[in-house]
Amino acid sequence: MAASKSSAALDRPDALRHQHLLDLSSYEADEIQYLLDTAQEFREVLDRPIRQVPTLQGTSVASLFFEPSTRTKLSFNLAAGRLSAETVSLSKASSSVTKGETLKDTARNVEAMKVDVVVLRHPSPGAPHFLARCTDSVILNAGDGAHAHPTQALLDVLTMRTHVDSLEGLNVSIIGDITHSRVARSNVQALTTLGAAVTLCGPETMLPVEMEAAMDVRTTTRLDEALDGCDIAMALRIQMERQNAGLFPSTREYHRQFGITANHLRRHPDLLIMHPGPVNRGIELTDAVVDHERSIILSQVTNGVALRMAVLYVLAPRRDGA
Amino acid sequence: MAAALPPPQRLSAPIVPDAAMSSDDRIKAQLMTARDLGRTLDRMAQQIIERFDPEAAASPADTFALVGLQTRGVHLARRLQRRIETQTGRELPLGLLDVTMYRDDVRLRLEQPEIQTTRIPFDVTDRELVLVDDVVFTGRTGRAALDALMDRGRPATIQFLTIIDRQHRELPISVDIVGREVPTLPGEEVRVRVTEVDEEDGVWLVNAPASRPTADDGR
Repeated sequence: MAASKSSAALDRPDALRHQHLLDLSSYEADEIQYLLDTAQEFREVLDRPIRQVPTLQGTSVASLFFEPSTRTKLSFNLAAGRLSAETVSLSKASSSVTKGETLKDTARNVEAMKVDVVVLRHPSPGAPHFLARCTDSVILNAGDGAHAHPTQALLDVLTMRTHVDSLEGLNVSIIGDITHSRVARSNVQALTTLGAAVTLCGPETMLPVEMEAAMDVRTTTRLDEALDGCDIAMALRIQMERQNAGLFPSTREYHRQFGITANHLRRHPDLLIMHPGPVNRGIELTDAVVDHERSIILSQVTNGVALRMAVLYVLAPRRDGA
Repeated sequence: MAAALPPPQRLSAPIVPDAAMSSDDRIKAQLMTARDLGRTLDRMAQQIIERFDPEAAASPADTFALVGLQTRGVHLARRLQRRIETQTGRELPLGLLDVTMYRDDVRLRLEQPEIQTTRIPFDVTDRELVLVDDVVFTGRTGRAALDALMDRGRPATIQFLTIIDRQHRELPISVDIVGREVPTLPGEEVRVRVTEVDEEDGVWLVNAPASRPTADDGR
């Protein structure tokens, strides 16, 4: 299966050369564009009276969420349903099994269920990669620790692409807790691959200095600097539990330094605002900014379903007998 | 005698359900010249106009619509639209339909077909639709197109128009308006080329090597 797939891929340089979606580090620009183009066509299905097509009939998709998530899980299940795939969900009730054992158990369960595609969210970075090595299913990473969240980054880039002429040379600033953000990491990978310039901004305690060299980005601890010449600002969610870790003095202090307000929008008349959600209103963004006409947060959510449909469509395994 | 044809537009592109010419094709016969194709479209436009009800109060622009199947059906439908407008002064609405999501072989193929644009900018319910494709063969594309249209509403009628009917139907799909019937042999393919994407107009009967998954297999 794997061998025939790679030989077919050789004949078609513009097709996807991956079997899984684990992270975007090895995805090249044409592969990302192909996923975005496909997602664009799936948008049409969402605007119809019957929002379902029979494309993936007989394909089974299991979502395994070992971490709480509403949006991503809902979005993946909706995408699978719109394509007529069969979905099963397995949420991990908090149990005391160690991470390694849990993953092995997961792999065994997945094998036993004979599912075609596994959507995995897991607190441990690399968990999807592990699963990809020990099962035959196609693995889609729905977030692994602070490592990667590729579908979120792809839907972000899709959203940007519908609002700007070109991603090439686009200036994007990502503001917030960069250290703990898989969204930031995956976005940096997607954006730099597509030729955008990325600035990372946050408190020093949340801004890993080594990223500047390792990921070809600019870093700054000053919001003004991040917004200067910026086309799109993406604010990240501040995890409330981090407040106790002493990374920033208080949410009010954070808002004063890194919160985007109506004043910023006035000063930067073309700036677009994004946020992966859920927003802490009054901390990362003020109410006025969230509901502003230049906030494209809800368009991110709609694109999420279309993008995940595209990922499922492109990566779902072929049946034998082709 | 057999001459190699110029390479198709997108050799590296995923399989799309249309009759793109392949560099491996060997021409057996030209079935239609550019002039033949033009005359065929003239006649087909006339046949559509004959279906307009002269007694009806509503304009055909409100009761009829053309739906072109990606890729070449779209261009053919656009040409029919222009001919009908020239003759009657009525501009029929034009929809674009890609049936990839509805194909019965989409999971059987080794490679995923590329999804192209679908845009139906009108309500299909109670409308008389003319479905336009370049070639009909097994009828599977027609079946997929019917399902795709029915998912949008309840059309009054759907007529199927194709330039070439290759016959060898595998499903009970009939053609209402046809340019020419060409019973093909195993290994033969029909290539309809239109200037919009192929740099020339015309229809050819070719021998396609069996090794290559041809663009219109499963059609």
